[in-house]
Amino acid sequence: MSGWIPVCGYQGLLPERGVCALVDGRQVAVFRTFDGTVHAIGNLDPFSGAQVLSRGIVGTRQGEPTVASPLHKQVFSLVSGVCLDEPEFSVPVYPIRVEAGLVQVGTGA
Amino acid sequence: MNKIVVVGYGPTAHRLVETLHERGFGGQVTVIGEEPRPAYDRVALTSYLSGTSVEDLTYPVPPGTVTRLGGRVTAIDRAARTVTLADGSAEPYDVLVLATGSAPFVPPVPGAEHAYVYRTIDDLDAIRMAAKDATEGVVVGGGLLGLEAADALRGLGLKTHIVEMSPWLMPRQVDEGGGSVLKSHIEGLGLSVHAGAGVQEIVAGERGVTGLRKPDGTLLDAQIVVFSAGIRPRDELARASGLDVGERGGIAVDAGMRTSDPAIYAIGECALAGGMVYGLVGPCFTMAEVAADRILGGAATFEGADMSTKLKLLGVEVAQFGAMDGALDVTYMDPVAGVYKRLFISDDAQTLLGGICVGDASPYGSLRPFVGKPLPAAPSDLLFTGSGMELDLPDDAQVCSCNNVCAGTVRTAIADKGLTDVPGIKACTRAGSTCGSCVPMLKQLLEKSGVELSKALCEHFTYSRAELYDIVRVRGITTFSELVSAHGQGRGCDICKPAVASILASLHNGHVLDGERAALQDTNDAFLANIQKNGTYSVVPRIPGGEITPDKLIVIGEVARDFGLYTKITGGQRIDLFGARVEQLPQIWRRLVDAGFESGHAYGKALRTVKSCVGSAWCRYGVQDSVGLAIDLELRYRGLRAPHKLKSAVSGCARECAEARSKDFGIIATEQGWNLYVGGNGGFKPRHADLLAADLTTEELIRTIDRFVMFYIRTADRLQRTAAWLESLDGGLDYLRQVIIDDSLGICAELDAQMEHHVATYVDEWQTTIDDPDKLGRFVSFVNAPGVPDPSIVFETERDQIKPVEVAVR
Repeated sequence: MSGWIPVCGYQGLLPERGVCALVDGRQVAVFRTFDGTVHAIGNLDPFSGAQVLSRGIVGTRQGEPTVASPLHKQVFSLVSGVCLDEPEFSVPVYPIRVEAGLVQVGTGA
Repeated sequence: MNKIVVVGYGPTAHRLVETLHERGFGGQVTVIGEEPRPAYDRVALTSYLSGTSVEDLTYPVPPGTVTRLGGRVTAIDRAARTVTLADGSAEPYDVLVLATGSAPFVPPVPGAEHAYVYRTIDDLDAIRMAAKDATEGVVVGGGLLGLEAADALRGLGLKTHIVEMSPWLMPRQVDEGGGSVLKSHIEGLGLSVHAGAGVQEIVAGERGVTGLRKPDGTLLDAQIVVFSAGIRPRDELARASGLDVGERGGIAVDAGMRTSDPAIYAIGECALAGGMVYGLVGPCFTMAEVAADRILGGAATFEGADMSTKLKLLGVEVAQFGAMDGALDVTYMDPVAGVYKRLFISDDAQTLLGGICVGDASPYGSLRPFVGKPLPAAPSDLLFTGSGMELDLPDDAQVCSCNNVCAGTVRTAIADKGLTDVPGIKACTRAGSTCGSCVPMLKQLLEKSGVELSKALCEHFTYSRAELYDIVRVRGITTFSELVSAHGQGRGCDICKPAVASILASLHNGHVLDGERAALQDTNDAFLANIQKNGTYSVVPRIPGGEITPDKLIVIGEVARDFGLYTKITGGQRIDLFGARVEQLPQIWRRLVDAGFESGHAYGKALRTVKSCVGSAWCRYGVQDSVGLAIDLELRYRGLRAPHKLKSAVSGCARECAEARSKDFGIIATEQGWNLYVGGNGGFKPRHADLLAADLTTEELIRTIDRFVMFYIRTADRLQRTAAWLESLDGGLDYLRQVIIDDSLGICAELDAQMEHHVATYVDEWQTTIDDPDKLGRFVSFVNAPGVPDPSIVFETERDQIKPVEVAVR
């Protein structure tokens, strides 16, 4: 079963400031980068075990959009979910789109 | 071998005891000193008269060391291996170290008993007392120590004469040409120089000294005469014990610092090593380290010492290195600027033999290591080498003469320990940790080692934080996007964004969560609270100076109880409330703001707290109102964003109960006002703050702190505390004084205005946040379920309070 769950308005999602959404009981970190693109990754920081990635600083590394864990600053790709500092760690990436001004996260993918 | 007894407790004895301790000596060490206090820094003695306290000058006694202060050894029984003290007691030893130092030489002239000498804190106290009733003073001796003493008399407000036997001043460091330039500098300061003159007698009447008569009959009016004309080794104890001493004094030692009795060592100014008595601190320290090594079973040797000197006396730089003559020499003299430089070169013009500098000692650091080595460049160019010119040092070239460290040792330390900065080199090798004159060389060695010393903040900016600060300030930039598009690349990261946020906040003082700036903040600033390991936050209301009414204390207790927060008292005299979820933060702060609390900025790179002792209002020892000042300072600087957190404290008397010297800026009350200390730190690398200015009025104090803080904000690196900033500042404390007290850069008015702007525009950011629905909207665990708390946050109970449940990771 798959579908799209609206989580917030696109205008309310401020550039480079993440939010966390509850989607099917999972915590999903949702971001809008400076160029307007939206991304969704798991909110759980694998290094600390805390649900905090939505509160990290958004930026770029060699052009790739990233977020840094607010606890110990490991940087994750918003595109692949891979930790760019320690690539053996990664977080899940979720489908995301903007429809009719709403940000939607895909489920059951 | 169990027990070491050290006779004498000056800097050399201290270095010995410190080295033994650092190297893990397990036996007992007893130090017997004549003075009533532990060893202190004699090189900095003159600063005592300008306000540096005895405590500041005193070296820490290594743990486990037994000290017998005010004790004088009268005899050594070498057969029984005991020393006898004047009070009749005895100390047995397995190894005895004589570090008895030297005594100032007082020539046998009539009236000499009325003269003072310049060696100990007691001597300075006596001079200071005598100066109260004096208008003129004479220093006999125009060498290094004599000029120190003359500077001291001048500082005490006396018209000062210097009498020197040789035809020019500092004959051991400079030649005639250098001496004449030095003389004109010193006379320019209002001192009278009488070179080529001796002392006939010291004239004294019923009311004390009235003058000094020179051999030609002329009388110099003076009420104080200070002899500072050389030293004599204190070898009387060794002599009486039958140890070998030199014909002209000094306890004879071998290369391992051992005397003619193998159980007895002699080090420092009392020792005659290789036929020489050394009066400079560097060689004496080396002797102490050699003796310590031998005592511990090593084979170190003292190979003589480089007598090179670089110093600044009476505001004049003087340096001498290597030989003071040679087949060839190159001389530069500018009597207008008061600069004299001369290099001595071998007859084949290939080898540097030595040099003399007066008025500008900048070639010293780069050329001294080349003594005895091929000339690194054309001699005329070398006269003008300073920080600008780069020379390749051979591995065996000595970089730091105070601590005898060669270029190779520094290079190895950089490579093996992965050092990237000068403080790291200081910690690992001791190079640069005494006089600091070799710091520019250390920087060069770092740069050439291939260590990436890029000042670039991160991949998005090729500028340092200080450069970005200037760009933002000069170009009036107000947003990160503007800055990164014009002067950087990409969209930033967790390094540059908070740094730029801090710069924007320091310069413009708007709300940290306004507009785009909200996206630059670390999570602590973004939620105005401190994130903890499980993703919850802690809350610290401001309690200025640690003073709080019972009613406000009750409010904090009630808030903590109602929200179930773990409660702990901090080291900064505040209360920290832990375990708040993001959606609870505005509710907690609504209650706190209503009760009159403000943000404590525990989450920000900003002023944290100004700790205080109870001060003169209650304490029977207090001399000033430390609590009142702490509150004023905390309210003045609250909310000011800086490169790193700022901590402060105010102590109401010299007992220092507020621990002000461990703070970025610490204030200690004196009878006359306030002493300001800067650059202190606890934490990973503790550092005592340095005295920046003494006996300030409250107004002067605040102006000086304003400028100190603003200059730090303007020039420090990202996340560089004031301690590391001060250590990395070229010119150190003196330079800092020039900039913020003497206004040498002409920026003080600007710094003052910036601080006034901060004070005038401060608003409590929590008050503003709870009044702003847009900002409050961010304080939810889930954007699509605002009322739902984060179910992943769970606590257990420990000692009747909450504690995060440990999560297994990795």
